[in-house]
Amino acid sequence: MFLLSSQLIDATHYRTRCQEHTAGGFVCFEGWVRNQNEGREVKHLTFDAAGNLAENEFSKIESEIRTQFDIIEIICVHRVGDVSLGELAVWIGVTAVHRDAAFKACRYAIDELKERLPIWKKECYIDGDSGWINHP
Amino acid sequence: MKVTVQYHAMLREQKGCAEEQAEIEVGTLIELHQKLNLCLEPKHLKVAINDELAAWDQQLKENDVVIFIPPVAGG
Repeated sequence: MFLLSSQLIDATHYRTRCQEHTAGGFVCFEGWVRNQNEGREVKHLTFDAAGNLAENEFSKIESEIRTQFDIIEIICVHRVGDVSLGELAVWIGVTAVHRDAAFKACRYAIDELKERLPIWKKECYIDGDSGWINHP
Repeated sequence: MKVTVQYHAMLREQKGCAEEQAEIEVGTLIELHQKLNLCLEPKHLKVAINDELAAWDQQLKENDVVIFIPPVAGG
């Protein structure tokens, strides 16, 4: 399941949604907004996303994950709009019967998300400058 | 024919809008790209039609919704 959120991500809420008695392991990745990147002081981030396309692309990633790894549930939530220092930019939770599948699936999900999902990040710096990451 | 073009990130800032209608003769995505004078060349973009990734030589149809996709940076 993939969601975009313009509000703070409630990690506890999504962790609870993952819980079920067949699961023996839960692996979570939280992407946090940090205060510097490549020597520049970051004030906040702004995320833009193509919602429906992102949902479609994540469905493909989830299908690939379920083909490769024996997981029970995967939930991915990504922020859009302005995101402050320390806030969650992305939250991914995976449950599986055994830990190995959960670890591998979670790693696969965040790596593929960063490569493939139509989501864009603008860094806004302390000095007032800003720029889109990966701008050619 | 009319198609809708949606812009994101640096393309939205260049165009000053999130979406616009474009009139184009029957043609491909690469021809639409040329018509729009975007600040990023096709080699730096991916493209989608109706929320599915598409090839640049794909033919457009009336009322298609096109999204040009600059280099992504989620997470």
